[in-house]
Amino acid sequence: MSTRQTRTAARLMMSPAVVLLLGWMIIPLSMTIYFSFLRYNLLMPGTEEWAGLMNYRFFLTDPAFFSAMGNTLLLVGGVLTITVLGGIALGLLLDQPFFGQGIVRILVIAPFFVMPTVSALVWKNMFMNPVNGLFAHAAKFLGMQPYDFLAVSPLFSIILIVAWQWLPFSTLILLTALQSLDSEQKEASEMDGAGPVSQFIHIVLPHLSRAITVVILIQTIFLLSVFAEILVTTNGGPGYASTNITYLVYAQSLLQFDVGGGSAGGIVAVILANIVAIFLMRMIGKNLEV
Amino acid sequence: MGSISLKQVSKVFGDTTVIPGLDLQIEEGEFVVFVGPSGCGKSTLLRLIAGLEDVSGGVIEIDGRDATTIAPAKRGLAMVFQSYALYPHMSVRKNIGFPLKMAKMDKAEIDRKVEGAASVLNLTDYLERRPGQLSGGQRQRVAIGRAIVRDPAAFLFDEPLSNLDAALRVNMRLEISELHQQLQTTMIYVTHDQVEAMTMADKIVVLQAGRIEQVGSPLDLYHKPRNRFVAGFIGSPKMNFIEGAEAARHDAAAIGIRPEHLSLSKTEGDWKGTVGVAEHLGSDTFLHLNVDDIGAMTARASGEFDVSHGDRIFLSPRADKIHRFGADGNAIP
Amino acid sequence: MARATSIQRRWMITIAAWSVGLLIFFPIFWTILTSFKTEAEAIASPPSLFAFEWTLENYGEVQERSNYFRHFMNSVVISLGSTLLGLIIAVPAAWAMAFSPTPRTKDVLMWMLSTKMLPPVGVLIPIYLMFRDTGLLDTRTGLVIVLTLINLPIIVWMLYTYFKEIPGEILEASRMDGATLRDEIIHVLTPMAVPGIASTLLLNVILSWNEAFWTLNLTAAKAAPLTAFIASYSSPEGLFYAKLSAASTMAIAPILIMGWFSQKQLVRGLTFGAVK
Repeated sequence: MSTRQTRTAARLMMSPAVVLLLGWMIIPLSMTIYFSFLRYNLLMPGTEEWAGLMNYRFFLTDPAFFSAMGNTLLLVGGVLTITVLGGIALGLLLDQPFFGQGIVRILVIAPFFVMPTVSALVWKNMFMNPVNGLFAHAAKFLGMQPYDFLAVSPLFSIILIVAWQWLPFSTLILLTALQSLDSEQKEASEMDGAGPVSQFIHIVLPHLSRAITVVILIQTIFLLSVFAEILVTTNGGPGYASTNITYLVYAQSLLQFDVGGGSAGGIVAVILANIVAIFLMRMIGKNLEV
Repeated sequence: MGSISLKQVSKVFGDTTVIPGLDLQIEEGEFVVFVGPSGCGKSTLLRLIAGLEDVSGGVIEIDGRDATTIAPAKRGLAMVFQSYALYPHMSVRKNIGFPLKMAKMDKAEIDRKVEGAASVLNLTDYLERRPGQLSGGQRQRVAIGRAIVRDPAAFLFDEPLSNLDAALRVNMRLEISELHQQLQTTMIYVTHDQVEAMTMADKIVVLQAGRIEQVGSPLDLYHKPRNRFVAGFIGSPKMNFIEGAEAARHDAAAIGIRPEHLSLSKTEGDWKGTVGVAEHLGSDTFLHLNVDDIGAMTARASGEFDVSHGDRIFLSPRADKIHRFGADGNAIP
Repeated sequence: MARATSIQRRWMITIAAWSVGLLIFFPIFWTILTSFKTEAEAIASPPSLFAFEWTLENYGEVQERSNYFRHFMNSVVISLGSTLLGLIIAVPAAWAMAFSPTPRTKDVLMWMLSTKMLPPVGVLIPIYLMFRDTGLLDTRTGLVIVLTLINLPIIVWMLYTYFKEIPGEILEASRMDGATLRDEIIHVLTPMAVPGIASTLLLNVILSWNEAFWTLNLTAAKAAPLTAFIASYSSPEGLFYAKLSAASTMAIAPILIMGWFSQKQLVRGLTFGAVK
């Protein structure tokens, strides 16, 4: 609904954003694809040569890839389970009227604003450290042997840390969704004789389904790329016990300087993320009216 | 200043033709009302004149100058929108002065003009307020003020009263008419309300499906509607249409008779009918009747005419007020 | 609420909600508390909650030993710079999409969103090499560029949803009033969209401030923002709890405060308008 002039202007004004993002997407990505077919190590400059699918073959058959793949799935799945279930429970709790609602809300969402390196270090040193950590103090107080979280179950510890960071996000979104639930609908179902449980199953959960889907998809996108938490706590170890795909690619390319192999890994990560992205885009696209 | 002519103007949105090609001449100083049911293209036509939309074909001339591709701001027209479209972050003073600021007029001159417009519109006490702090009628006046200060060649009004309540609407109608008397500037006014059209216009343009059905003075349209659509659209309550044998008696496919042109009697008349609902307005009574052999009709009686549901009464159309229409819907002279 | 909740039930929920809230907040609280302890007290067993000697020396020492302020300023420059640059690019684009939509607008929006889903490792190597070759490695400029591009889709999207709420008639009125496109955006659209632009700005500063993939990979000592600076405490020899706490407290405090202000917009921004 406009004139030719405004339409032309509109196209002009959109172009910087479009061109920049197009460049950001296409140039590095095609370079990564190109590198992934090369034998290319930064420590041996000038020896680049065409390698065909060799990098992919090495990367995909590397045992490290399998454990990284498994760790990625465990990390994503574990954090999602904790945050979605916890988020629903917390959302339902905070949706009730109680004293100091605003303050509790602020307390609950706070971890989301803590930068990943800070939360990882605080948890690593001040809570999970087997000598001086708070958990160790608690264990000693109870007469138990302190548990060396990051050495014995590194992935589980990282899942805990990441879940702590993302629980506020899911809680906030599910709480927002809960608050948009028509109270008349709830009252109507009460009039129809629904108890709290069947009300939750038949009214609340269907209403939340959209928000839950959004939480799952958006968190998945971010959780596939968890990096800083691993870097500062375990460096992916011991061995590959807490290495995910993102960290594996980082280690291969910037620690071992294997550009070819790292690029192949990067492309694999892109493909994995795309599978999730397709679902997310459908979700968001469906309720976008232009 | 202020004559506008449209020559074969058409507008197509994608696959839908909103205006198939239309000619219209608007004279200097005229108050022209575009009226028609919703979706008839009247607002689109106004937006084409304003330049907010491109024409798909044809020529728009303002004061004899081809304005078809000129930017809205350069056409010398001012528009009052349905939602008033006031700038919520500016005071009334800034709102009214905005077009002058855009024209790079100096500050003292802007102040002088804004205060002039404000005193005409009784807004002097509200100049420092924000639109959000004003009533609907006041906002409407600010929107008009913003149009006035530009000394436009013509004012365009897009259903300006539809967001006001009934009482205020009557007031504003009068104010706009008075403004026109004072300024003698061309005004083009879009509405779906035929009462507004009848009471305000020098010239009414009745539109349907992007086509002009008839152009004329309010009384022209009332007395000599060119076809059934105009006959039915102008006048309240609506004209009664009768088809079949009764129409054939008048050599027509249909005849029309306005409710106010039916004489009522309890004793004698041409037709006989049963009163369904009687709406007593005090000055008038509108009767919704079921007339034998003809069907539902509406009639206007004086306020003293005392009938109620179920009464049998007689009706006679005034012979000189019967409108005859052919099978194509056009009036037969 | 048509029904009065019994006061007893209300107290029970209050207790439950506060317990959970305090539990979740506890790590942050403990960090802040530890930052006021001496190093000895910070690792004392059993740890003391309040009965210790409060000290501010950790804050001073963090600044003295590692020039904390420089990293803080890096964070400020990088997050504000990338957000402002992003806004300058995004405001016109969002205007175009909100007020002059074409049948393709939806596709463009979705495509922009899809760039956000590109995992950073997929482009890490080329970006790293390009930065190395152009001297952008370990510079604020380099990070501003990368973070602008990363957050641009979110900025465009948020602005788009806010602009959509502004009636187009007001912009048309300004066009009738003789405003050029520039006037229209500067004098009419932007002031009306101030709340939306402000929350977009806030959320993006937060996201950029906490971004920890590119900041860790593209900086060394010089341009490192707080994310990367804090990471340097992970080496075992740097294990000073009180100082780590002081540095952490200073790194999260400003963003925590901003975050609390923007909690409503957070939902909208992070779900691309899918949940409001």
